[in-house]
Amino acid sequence: MTQNDRSQERPVMDAGDIARAVTRIAHEILERNKGVQDLALVGIRTGGVHLAHRLVRRIQEIEAAQVPIGELDITLYRDDLSLRKEQPVLRKTTVPFDISDKIIVLVDDVLFTGRTIRAAMDGLIDLGRPAEIQLAVLVDRGHRQLPIKATYIGKNIPTSREEKIQVLLEEEGEDERVVISKS
Amino acid sequence: MAIHITGGHVIDPGRLNGVADVLIDAGRVVAVGPHLKVPAGATKIDAKGRLVLPGFVDLHVHFREPGFEYKESIQSGAAAAVAGGFTSVCCMPNTNPVNDNQAITEFMLDRARAAGLANVFPIGAITKGSEGKELAEIGDLRRAGCVAISDDGKPVMNSLVMRRAMEYALAFDVPVVDHCEDLHLAEGGCMNEGTISTELGLPGMPAAAEDVMVARNVALAELTGARLHLAHISTEGSVRMVREAKSRGLKVTAEACPHHFTITEEVVRGYNTYAKMNPPLRTWKDVQAIKQGLRDGTIDVIATDHAPHASQEKQLGFTEAPFGIIGLETALPLTFALVDEGVLSLESAVDKLSTAPAKAFGLAKGTLAVGADADVAVVDQQEQWEVDPAKFRSKSRNTPFAGWKVKGRVTATIVGGRVVFESGRAEK
Amino acid sequence: MSLKRKDLLSLAPLSVDEIRLILETADSFKEVTGRDIKKVPALRGRTVVNLFFEPSTRTRTSFELAAKRLSADVINFSPSSSSVVKGETLLDTARNIEAMQADIIVLRHPSAGAAEALARGVKSSVINAGDGWHEHPTQGLLDLYTIRERGLSFEGLRVAIVGDVAHSRVARSNIHALVKLGAEVRLVGPPTMMPYGVEKLGARVFYNFDEALRGAQVIMMLRLQLERQGIALFPTIREYARLYGLTTERVESAEPGAIVMHPGPINRGVEIAPEVADSLSSVILEQVANGVAIRMGILYLLSGAN
Repeated sequence: MTQNDRSQERPVMDAGDIARAVTRIAHEILERNKGVQDLALVGIRTGGVHLAHRLVRRIQEIEAAQVPIGELDITLYRDDLSLRKEQPVLRKTTVPFDISDKIIVLVDDVLFTGRTIRAAMDGLIDLGRPAEIQLAVLVDRGHRQLPIKATYIGKNIPTSREEKIQVLLEEEGEDERVVISKS
Repeated sequence: MAIHITGGHVIDPGRLNGVADVLIDAGRVVAVGPHLKVPAGATKIDAKGRLVLPGFVDLHVHFREPGFEYKESIQSGAAAAVAGGFTSVCCMPNTNPVNDNQAITEFMLDRARAAGLANVFPIGAITKGSEGKELAEIGDLRRAGCVAISDDGKPVMNSLVMRRAMEYALAFDVPVVDHCEDLHLAEGGCMNEGTISTELGLPGMPAAAEDVMVARNVALAELTGARLHLAHISTEGSVRMVREAKSRGLKVTAEACPHHFTITEEVVRGYNTYAKMNPPLRTWKDVQAIKQGLRDGTIDVIATDHAPHASQEKQLGFTEAPFGIIGLETALPLTFALVDEGVLSLESAVDKLSTAPAKAFGLAKGTLAVGADADVAVVDQQEQWEVDPAKFRSKSRNTPFAGWKVKGRVTATIVGGRVVFESGRAEK
Repeated sequence: MSLKRKDLLSLAPLSVDEIRLILETADSFKEVTGRDIKKVPALRGRTVVNLFFEPSTRTRTSFELAAKRLSADVINFSPSSSSVVKGETLLDTARNIEAMQADIIVLRHPSAGAAEALARGVKSSVINAGDGWHEHPTQGLLDLYTIRERGLSFEGLRVAIVGDVAHSRVARSNIHALVKLGAEVRLVGPPTMMPYGVEKLGARVFYNFDEALRGAQVIMMLRLQLERQGIALFPTIREYARLYGLTTERVESAEPGAIVMHPGPINRGVEIAPEVADSLSSVILEQVANGVAIRMGILYLLSGAN
């Protein structure tokens, strides 16, 4: 949900850029994993869920194959819970298949410090034992605080720490775009 | 040593209500009026703008000596009394051991004399150990100095025992004071049974538990002709029955406590143990009935039921904490609030605190007539102050009125012609 | 929306939004309890103390399980009631525990108001696991959760609460919450078991069980306390069971699909017939399962930095 004044935003990807990035990532996933065998996608709430669904649809179009999809809420695995005055609202985790021995591609919109991905991996491992975990992100904005690397990247966008990147999607009632604004 | 109180508004109920000087000498009131002949060397107390009243008489206090001195001693209780304007108090026998014999009565009188503050008139037990079974040596208790008998804290449940007690007491012309509570109906209760006890999940004592015993006691008073005094009545039903009994000429007197005409069971919310006493705080309707009873003379007397308890005892859970709140040092302003509300005239309020209680127990107190004991309270009716239990003279702090902004304060108290309290000064 | 409270002492002061938040949070934890690895690190390093002055295996175990599944450390304290008699105040016991860095204290105590007194005196969060006859908020919440899980919506829901309402903290908690959510609450029992003025809480009182069951969608049975001493509130168990016991016929006379609830432990053959307790309409075991999820939710919501 954007609360910005649109005049403060600087667009870095438009609808076309996003669609092309999603298509390319879908192809890369299929290429690297040589098809859909044992493959599953898990979108990280909330930013990665819609993108994960889009990837599943693209893969369906390319390979005529249905890949299982799950939605993971990482709130309970956050490393800052004991520091916050009020606990963040939980959203449900729905992974309706066994992840053990599968290749799980985690999907998120923006990769920043890497803490969300760390929490997501902890969350996944509590659900089972994947054969492999890969990571697909639409935007990598740098400034990692943990040694985490994305397997598939839509676009590298260098930013300063004070800036904010938002991925706005039409599933949320927004015009499709990725924008940078001052924090 | 003579004392000359000047310029005060003297209220001696039934005798005088106007500006006058008062002269005290050798422990007695010597003269009242303008232009008195004052001996040399007399202490002067300027009472201009103040009220000069007969010292108050509290027919119902609990000084926890012997046995529970950590809550209050006779000395600290007497100090609390004079700080509140009370020059005479009657202390209940539920000490440890119970005051059911001459030795304890004499001990109490001794401690009171040593304290040299308020006059203490012990109330002896009705039954041995206040167990409600066998009569105590009422004759002896009377001779030793008790002015009434009561098993307060408890009722005398057995009606036959109460009948015998009332009959026997006739021989000594002492009032029989009953704490009206049917223990079976009130069983386990810790607050008034009502909508609040339901919400809080606390066992309640229904108003009927008090009414049932008031009815019984009135019937027994009629049967025996005894002087019945009903302690701390709190319900609409009790007031109604006392009114009816009096209308038929029965010798019944009744007392009410300031908390029962000031606050209701709402104060218990939050499980406030400083609002836990027996009889409990009741509903607004009961409070109105008590006020009406005071106004029309059904209730003769205001008494405090001063019941000190240590803080660790009141910090127990609501059901475990002991019943009782202190009251000597807050009775005056709470009573004067009734005057401000128009429930009582000022003279009537003084009567309820002083003259009427003395009359109910046959004490030669509660008056400023010439020749009377010089027990005087000088009061500033207008002074506003905040109730701060930390400043109380009592050893205990268990009051629900902490932080209340009230009006009416004792500025000086004289007992037997000696100044025993002056506000603004640490007294002996 | 968050629970801006230090403690959970009762349901009476909770808003509808707060109740909904708790139920929704419990959804996530219900999912966790369905996994193979029933643990999340959310309360790692926190200490939860179960301070139970009244014996209770099931509630204590439920809280213990909930805390452990959140990766918290759990300590169980069951002071014998004699230490209360000896005059050590509740507050002193609790301050000793707080000095051991307890983050959350779960208190069960025979005195109404004990949880509130404790919460005022300690910095730790306090969860009331039952204080005398007053309230048992987590039970009320898990009852709501169970009703919701069955697809029933609260607005206009006809709920019969049957038994010793006067002495039941479960009843009080449920009455407050259900009335707040718009349900039609019917209290059923002999007059001796109805507390003074209970209609003022928003419920209707029925002395006739069969009448109250007409159209009832939820039948919540309260445990008859056989161990109560003193003057009885009813003449014999036989008469009580005949008038207020839940039989199969009675369940069938209610709304079709009505669910049967009980906070446990049940007195088979007294307030509830054994075949009813084991029937498909009974959700008693679901209540127990939901208890852990609800308690995980409460522990999570109260565990923000204080």
